[in-house]
Amino acid sequence: MTAVMRKELSSYFHSPVGYIFLAAYYALAGFYVRLGALYQYTSDLTQTFSSLFSITLFLVPILTMRLMSEELRHKTDQALLTAPLSLTGLVLGKFLAAVIVYAMGLSVTIVYGLVFMLYSSPDWTILLGNYLALLLMGMALIAIGLFISSLTESQVIAAIGGFSISLLLLLIDAMRSISQNQLLNAIIAAVSFYDRYSVFTVGIFDFASIFFFLSVCAIFLFLTVRVFDKRRWG
Amino acid sequence: MIEVRNLTKNYGRKTAVNDISFTVSDGKILGFLGPNGAGKSTTMNIITGYLSSSEGTVSVDGLEILENPREVKSRIGYLPEQPPLYLDMTVREYLSFIYDLKRLRLDKKAHLEEICGLVRIEDHYGRRIRNLSKGYRQRVGLAQALLGNPGVLILDEPTVGLDPRQIIEIRGLIQSLGKGHTVILSSHILSEVQAVCDRVIVISQGVLVADDTPGNLTRDLTAHHRLRARVAGPQDQVARLLEQLPGVADVQSLGAREQDAFDFLIEAADGADPRRDLFRALAGKDWPLLRLEEAEASLEEVFLQLISAGEPEAEVEPKSDGEPARSGTGETIDGGDA
Repeated sequence: MTAVMRKELSSYFHSPVGYIFLAAYYALAGFYVRLGALYQYTSDLTQTFSSLFSITLFLVPILTMRLMSEELRHKTDQALLTAPLSLTGLVLGKFLAAVIVYAMGLSVTIVYGLVFMLYSSPDWTILLGNYLALLLMGMALIAIGLFISSLTESQVIAAIGGFSISLLLLLIDAMRSISQNQLLNAIIAAVSFYDRYSVFTVGIFDFASIFFFLSVCAIFLFLTVRVFDKRRWG
Repeated sequence: MIEVRNLTKNYGRKTAVNDISFTVSDGKILGFLGPNGAGKSTTMNIITGYLSSSEGTVSVDGLEILENPREVKSRIGYLPEQPPLYLDMTVREYLSFIYDLKRLRLDKKAHLEEICGLVRIEDHYGRRIRNLSKGYRQRVGLAQALLGNPGVLILDEPTVGLDPRQIIEIRGLIQSLGKGHTVILSSHILSEVQAVCDRVIVISQGVLVADDTPGNLTRDLTAHHRLRARVAGPQDQVARLLEQLPGVADVQSLGAREQDAFDFLIEAADGADPRRDLFRALAGKDWPLLRLEEAEASLEEVFLQLISAGEPEAEVEPKSDGEPARSGTGETIDGGDA
């Protein structure tokens, strides 16, 4: 698992993908800090975190699009799957590598918190709660993206699939405000990422939400393992 | 030792590998012959655990791959048809990654150097794989299979795309590896298998059609003479003369390859050798024989021969319906041998 993780991490930075992701994340986070905190003369970053929700949705597919599809396309999965390594180890290695790069992007918020400390006293419990929430949500998205990537040899299709899921997660919340259907609204409430995430931005540390995101991770990592298993038996 | 028993692989309704069984004992090199799509790669992928079989079992040193996947995989070095290379890595990074992936506990630096020396890529150690030629990529692929000195090596068409010098080198390397390893090697080049392997298995359309030593297979083939002759003389008349010779079953004109000289492919009747008669007949007519050689049987012809030999046997022996080609050909080869 660690071999796969290290290889994946180094390949993020052998190709432009890792740099593009981090550059985009830092630039957009900087923009929202200025808009959400500096312009409001506050050291409260909750507004910023709230905006980072949609950024995360659209940047994570960049991280996950090539994770599995690249292996399938170059047939390098043959080396991985014939090595003495379990499928779970392989999938977890890839997942953790993407999570680490994602966390590198997200950690810029900690830097903002430290800078704000020079001028005021930001509420670190809220900041770290937000950080944790965004980290967990990103992990859930990475698991979904990894799963999509394992379905196709094409990075482009994997990326479009990832973006579509992200867009869907954004739109279903908007849909709830126009839908009168009780059942539909209940379903949306059950799968909504924003609901689970937004409770953290108002300073509530919600264990149910943490459990929700971790469950999504577990389910999609499990499905990714199953996809490889099925391909072997197919 | 590798033991493959009643291996079958179905893709939906299509059967890619149909009830193949064989064993390879330690220190032997087994050649896998077959045209593209015959089921060679599928069989190799099953042995290495990349694919699972629909039926049948594979065991390495008595361990079944489904029961002990890690243990079995750690005993196998695999070079797939397309070497599994990460193009953006350097040779060093790649081999170091595969070393870690295989969880090897050796002196890493010394072991990598040893393997690189073996496949002669030491000079390209720091280069990006993307920038290597096909021949060197193939060697890097071979190097990753050799890492950890696994007892079993599965090499899927290891010489494809190499230049003749590299082919000879790699063949020599495989032969020397065969002394300490059990090797399965696939190829669609007959001469390659002849040069390297102790035993040959021929697969066609997923069915095992022959399992013998290369010597026996070729003897079987050369029992049936095919000659290529170049004669300076009028094409039609020469062809007619050749057809009338005793022991000649068929003559095919191949056209002019030289000025005023024509090439002919002469099929001899079973067991007959018409070369002496041919020489005398042409000398009698004063049509100089410029060239006479044994036409090498191509793999396709081996197949046609093996398969067509199998079919009538199956009809005669209805009890062997389940595996007509195999049992039929086995007997044919034995027959040719005797």
